[in-house]
Amino acid sequence: MSRTFLFRYETVLALLTVLALATLAMLSAKFFTTENLLNQGRLMSEVGLIMLAMTFVIVTGGIDLSVGSILGMTAILLGVFWQKVGMPLPAAIVAAMLCGTLAGLGNGLIITRFKVPPLIATLATLALYRGLAEGISQARSVRGYPEWFFFFGQGEVLGVPVQLWILVICTVIAAVILARTPFGRATYAIGANETAAHFSGIRVDATKLWIYTAAGFLASLAAVIFVSRVTTTRSDMGTGIELDVITGVVLGGTSIFGGKGTIIGTVIGLVLIQALKNGLALSGVKGDGTIVVIGVVLIGAVLAGALLDRDRGGS
Amino acid sequence: MTDAVLSRAPAGSPSRSPVQRFLAGYGQELIVGLAVIVLFAGVSIVNPRFLSDTNINSIIAGNAYIAVAAVGMSMVIICGHIDLSVGSLIGVIATVAGTLAVSGYPVWVAWLLPILMAIAINASVGAFIAYTRIPSIVVTLGMLSILKGGLISATGGAWISDLPPGFMIAQMRPFGIPSAVYFMVVLTLLAAWFIANTDFGWSIYAVGGNSEAARAAGISPERVTVGVFALHGLFTGIAGILFATQLQVIQSTVPPNLELTVITAAVIGGVSILGGTGTVIGSTLAAILFATIGSALIFLNVSAYWLRAVLGLMILATVLADMIRRRRAT
Repeated sequence: MSRTFLFRYETVLALLTVLALATLAMLSAKFFTTENLLNQGRLMSEVGLIMLAMTFVIVTGGIDLSVGSILGMTAILLGVFWQKVGMPLPAAIVAAMLCGTLAGLGNGLIITRFKVPPLIATLATLALYRGLAEGISQARSVRGYPEWFFFFGQGEVLGVPVQLWILVICTVIAAVILARTPFGRATYAIGANETAAHFSGIRVDATKLWIYTAAGFLASLAAVIFVSRVTTTRSDMGTGIELDVITGVVLGGTSIFGGKGTIIGTVIGLVLIQALKNGLALSGVKGDGTIVVIGVVLIGAVLAGALLDRDRGGS
Repeated sequence: MTDAVLSRAPAGSPSRSPVQRFLAGYGQELIVGLAVIVLFAGVSIVNPRFLSDTNINSIIAGNAYIAVAAVGMSMVIICGHIDLSVGSLIGVIATVAGTLAVSGYPVWVAWLLPILMAIAINASVGAFIAYTRIPSIVVTLGMLSILKGGLISATGGAWISDLPPGFMIAQMRPFGIPSAVYFMVVLTLLAAWFIANTDFGWSIYAVGGNSEAARAAGISPERVTVGVFALHGLFTGIAGILFATQLQVIQSTVPPNLELTVITAAVIGGVSILGGTGTVIGSTLAAILFATIGSALIFLNVSAYWLRAVLGLMILATVLADMIRRRRAT
């Protein structure tokens, strides 16, 4: 039953996306050029990477509001390790990503060891990690990175942006893990009924720890790409990105109550949001107007999901 | 679960002494209050200028609007919900009030109309949450971006200046004390009385503690949710007016991270994040505590850029203590 529902929701969403793309193509001649599409792929990679991890998080019935702050903290640490501490840049990248991953592990520990609701735990670490980024950097930006570093954010392989390759590889890995492995099945089981999952021998806490740690890792990977793309490090990087991420995941059919969701849906959600943003920008709507549209789309998507669910006598 | 519902306001069994009962009921509020006093004492020894009139004034009067919003937020959290859009709504209310005042409407219209608007908006949000059963975090996250984006697109971020002097209610000083302080104290005490002594107040605790149990007891969780959000709208509206009138200009943007500060104040003030317990007095004290910390950092020559990290650590510590205390209690 739920499989047919998911299939239907994703089909509807995919059709909607095609419709949106067609409309945008008609509205603006610039939209359907290879150059614009590849550029959009470049811009959506950072959000997309975090959305992959967020899909797992929300499928378990959790949420992670701190991903934007982890991104900011990793970016700042990358700059500080390299410029202030004097580490070679590759070592600084690895060290900063390690810290970002540990920040995700920290979220997981607070949530599993102390049973703090994920919403509150990550609201606290949202403030903490962003605060560390601001405190460590003293709001000073770091620039002057060597030319080779810009490869991750500005380079191309076979004519396709590097970060789009990274996103595609990570997407395939995430899709396989969620749909085809015991870990993926454990993720769904936890979201459907945590107590039942526990009593059927699933290692609930370990699974959640891995998922929140992965969210930290992907947020720090996004941070490296972000810094490489814009060539500077600032402490406010990634502010509010959690809103885009959660909206995309929920729009992609992942239930905010947990237990349901697919990576394919998330990818469609990502494309739809990026198309909306780009299309609205091309048709002259300013950035703030798009925030309104995203907010409406978020509430509308959850409402539609809840109503469809209720009609089918769902959860 | 019923224990959790009833554990806070008139806490303790009759066999315990009044002091013990007070500590059991208001432990967190006491800690926050003491922290404010210790901080004031400590910092003023290092730098006596910390105790100057202007500084105390800017700490308390300048942050009264946060305290007022935190009181409303406390009730929402006690009811088992959360509101991430509070900062954006304060920004919208302040801008609407300023625009009305500059356009020549009587000041009482410029004060009251935005407050009614805040009540209407939040009551609708509450109704949406209650009847669609979509979690409040999702709905208010959406509202955050709708209000914020709408405000900036409508105003283009232009500042509102040349506000009429009669409009600046937060700056008026009856008996030498800024009126923002009166608002903060009176609204906190009113809310504290209301939540502990009225049927509606009790039903907020009941719904937050266990909404199905509350329903079985004849309370409609839906109506309580709408009511709580409307009440929160009233407090947010007043906070917006205080925010609009405390400076000579209104920036027409959303104060950054205001929702986080307001939620943190409520949680550190002793409202349990899981709903069902807490009081509103602690939220006001916690709002003052933050402002004191922020000011203390400056007077101790610590960079203010560390403020958010300190707040994050504090909310984390409070939440962990709350969870450990709950685990011990059960």
